[in-house]
This record gives sequence, C-alpha cells and structure tokens, in this order.
Amino acid sequence: MHEALAVTPSWVLLAYLVAGVLFILALRGLSSPETSQQGNRYGMIGMVIAVGTTLIQHNVGLPLIVGAIAIGGGVGYYIARQIKMTAMPELVAGFHSLVGMAAVLVGVAAYLNPVAFGILDPATGEIAGVSRVELGLGVAIGAITFSGSVIAFLKLSGRMSGAPIQLPGRHVINLGILAAILVLVGYFVIDQSPWVFFTIVALSFAIGFLLIIPIGGADMPVVISMLNSYSGWAAAAMGFTLQNSAMIITGALVGSSGAILSYIMCQAMNRSFISVIAGGFGGGDAAAGAKGDAVERPWKRGSAEDAAFIMKNAESVIIVPGYGMAVSQAQHALREMGDLLKKDGVSVKYAIHPVAGRMPGHMNVLLAEANVPYDEVFELEDINGEFAQADVAFVIGANDVTNPAAKTDKTSPIYGMPVLDVEKAKTVLFVKRSMGGVGYAGVDNDVFYMDNTMMLLADAKKMVETINKSLG
Amino acid sequence: MEHLIPQLSIFVLACFVGYYVVWSVTPALHTPLMAVTNAISSVIIVGALIAASAAAGGSEISKWLGLIAVALASVNIFGGFAVTQRMLGMYKKKDRTAVKGK
Repeated sequence: MHEALAVTPSWVLLAYLVAGVLFILALRGLSSPETSQQGNRYGMIGMVIAVGTTLIQHNVGLPLIVGAIAIGGGVGYYIARQIKMTAMPELVAGFHSLVGMAAVLVGVAAYLNPVAFGILDPATGEIAGVSRVELGLGVAIGAITFSGSVIAFLKLSGRMSGAPIQLPGRHVINLGILAAILVLVGYFVIDQSPWVFFTIVALSFAIGFLLIIPIGGADMPVVISMLNSYSGWAAAAMGFTLQNSAMIITGALVGSSGAILSYIMCQAMNRSFISVIAGGFGGGDAAAGAKGDAVERPWKRGSAEDAAFIMKNAESVIIVPGYGMAVSQAQHALREMGDLLKKDGVSVKYAIHPVAGRMPGHMNVLLAEANVPYDEVFELEDINGEFAQADVAFVIGANDVTNPAAKTDKTSPIYGMPVLDVEKAKTVLFVKRSMGGVGYAGVDNDVFYMDNTMMLLADAKKMVETINKSLG
Repeated sequence: MEHLIPQLSIFVLACFVGYYVVWSVTPALHTPLMAVTNAISSVIIVGALIAASAAAGGSEISKWLGLIAVALASVNIFGGFAVTQRMLGMYKKKDRTAVKGK
C-alpha cells in the first residue's frame, strides 16, 4: 500500500480533492431552490473529474468500459426520465441497492486482485492489515445496503406487503449475526482466507434482509434515510481501501446526510432510532391499543358541494396533504383547486408534516410537480400557529400527522409526535376513502368526530375533481 | 498505517462539513438531497474502473466484477443526477417571471 501511494501522481490526488469539493458544493446548493440546480451541476462536474482522472491514470481498456458505462448510464437516464414522482421512494431505494452491490463487487474484486488496488503488502505478499479491516467493513456495509434496500424497494413499490413481518427470536438472531460479522472482520486481519471474506459477505447480505423485513410501512422514511447513510459509509470504507480522497469525502457527506435525515424523521415521529430498527410499528400490536374505545361515535359527512361552498366563502384555507394524496395522484387536481380558490380571493397555503409521504420531502416534490409554487408550501413549525386563524383546514390523504391524541393521550402509540393542529381551524374538511381505515399507526383520530369536522368520504382525486366542478 | 491518519483526518473533517451542510438544506429539498447523495455516492465507480482495467496480472473474474460494478454505478450516476435535475426543475416561485430573483 505504501508503494501505491508513492506512485500516485500529485495531479491525481488534487483532481480527486477538487471532485470532493465539488460534491460538497452540490449539497450546499440545496439550501435553497434557487441555487439547487447550479449545485447539481457542480455534482456532475465533480463526477466527470473523478471518473476522467481514474480513466487517464489507469490507462483503462476503453471499449468494454465505455460499453458498461453506456449500458448502465442509458438505463439510469431512461428510468430517471420515466419515473413518476409518486414512485420516488422506491426509485431511491432501488438506487441505494445498486450502490451497495457496486461496493460489494469492488470489494470482492479488490480481494481477488489486491495488486491492482495497491493494497498488497510487498513484505508479506498478503493484503495489508489495515486494508483488510477497511475491505471487510466496506463489503459488509455494502452488502447490508444492498439487501436492505432491495427489501425496502419491494415494500415501497407494493411488490411485498408493507406490513411488518416478524420472525420469532429475530432480535437474538440479528444481534448474533451482527456480532459474528464484527468478529469475522477482526479475524480477517489474522487470516485472509476466502472463507472468512465470503462469510462476511454472506452474513451481511442476510442481516440487511433480516433488519428491514420487520419494519412497517410508516417507518419507511427512516429506513430509506438510514440506507442512504449506509450507502455513504460503504463508499467511504472503499475510499479508505483505495486511498481515494474523493470517495472518502463523498462517503462522509452522504453518510452524515442520511444520518441527519434519519434523525429528523425519528424526531418527527417521536420514535427512537432503536425502536424503528427493532421494527414492528404499524402492525397488529399498535392497533390493539386503540380497540379499547371502539364505540360508534357520531360524525358528519359532507358532499363535495358543501366543501366547495365552505371554502369559497373562507378567507384562508390550509391544505394538509399526506401519502394518500400521492397514492390517488390527486396533486394536480389539488393545485387546480388552489388556483380556483385563489381566483376567489381565498388565501391558500400548504402545510407539510416531515413524515407525510414515504421519504423526506416527498410531498414537496409532488406539489412542485403539480406546479404549486414552493413559497406557498410550509413546514410544520412554520405554519402550525396559523391553524387557529384559518377558516378551513383541508386534510387530504393524511391522518396520523393530524391526530390530537399525540398531544393529549399518553396511552396513544403516537403520543409525543409533533402534529399539525388542524382541529384549531374553524372548519376541518377531511378527505378520506372510508371511515373504516385507520392510519399506519392503527389509531383512531378524534378529529373525525369533532363538531367542526366534515368528512368527505371518497377517493382523494375524485373528491377534489368534484369540488373543482362546484368551484368552477 | 501511517497513511491511515491523513485519510482519517479527511474523513472526520468531511463528516463535520457534511453535518453543517446538510443541516442547511431546506426540508423542501430533502427528496432531491437523497437523490443527489445517491448519485455522488456512486463515485465508488472509481474503484470499479480500477478493477475493470486491471487486466494485466489480475484475475479475469476480478475484471468482470469490476465491469458489472461500473455498469451498476453508471445507472446510479446518470439516473441520480438526471432525476435530481428533473425534480429541481419543478420547484418554482409564485411569481413565475421573477424566478431568477435574489
């Protein structure tokens, strides 16, 4: 490894450093929508520099590599063009799995051909000790990212039930496997025989699978952020192996980004990271708690015409979208409703809960896609004080994030979670498919039964379209 | 071992940079943030290229694994940046003539 570093020319090291800095600028650009596109371009330039530098330095046999890049790039570009914005969570999960797999493949390639990666210790003819730890950790994290993301992808895209699947004794099994992986990575330093290396890979694939299987749909925003983080740590570990600063910097950036997002999502659900990882939320256990007061309570049903009338005569309407809006693809109709109301002089704002949707910021993208100006869209802490003055809170496809039980009922599974104070608005219009279904947390919502609430029971998109007809 | 320390320094400092930069990202752009971090973490393609190019003296398997990894990472790079660009292009201000403001 010492030799490898010695022959790396300075310009190469500098080029990777420049790439790393450009990646930092790419993230920096995202501090505001105005600078974000420029940021993204910095990211692309950084990637071109990193790839170009490697190609020049290593005298790469071009035809095969260009072929691989063309095939992969073509597929990626095509998917990026075609994908629906509602499907963004599963796309990101799918992409994470590819980073994970790439890390594993690079790790295995480095293990099989250590000379090419400059990690062979010339004194012993074996892979250098430090490199073995890096390599072991790199493939382990990569494999976990891969199998975990595949499960997340299957769950998010509905190819696998979103309900938590709980194996008996899974905590013991999971902890056992994790411990085994760590021990093997340690043992790999002493013994670099193939069985050690490939057992690490196999166990890591298994643990990624087992970790995500028991996690329910509502916790997906945390899972997807966490896998985001893992894909970064995998890249960083590989960066150590290859002594490549661009990879180390990028890995650290992505790793901390995912970790921060996981933290924000956990805060927004008032759940500890451990309890999310332990899994099982949104299954039968939670629903059982709420069944205690399964008394039929009176509620008011409204029609689209009623809703149109109320909103038309309102001064201010705050729209609260949730995952249900995404499912029924109601965002375009919703924006139309906002436009019609604005024409009538009604002030329209959107309130977004951090965990509305299946990934951080999901609702914002959907609204942006429907041409809702981003300065009409507000985060929970910025708008929560305004519900008390609002005439109408229009809740569409959201449920748990509006549940006042989170503020008052200590026995509720969602107690302590920050929620949108929709019940403070003069009128709450609650679009929901039926009264039967409860939110992901499996808890009933008192807002349904309030005097100032009108339930609009229908598919979200159809309901909004009918409202628009009455408004127009 | 002595080369580990400079690398570790870069890593730790980059974690701090990441921490502060990511907290400054507006929550409205968290989905594009995930898409673009995804794209840049595919810088792992550097390792894949090294594996794929190491024909001389290296094992054939290692080369092909590298090539597959190059293809996978390319999906991510092109797909990740393209989808980020597509998303960012959708964010518009209320006054559409003054998008370039500030």
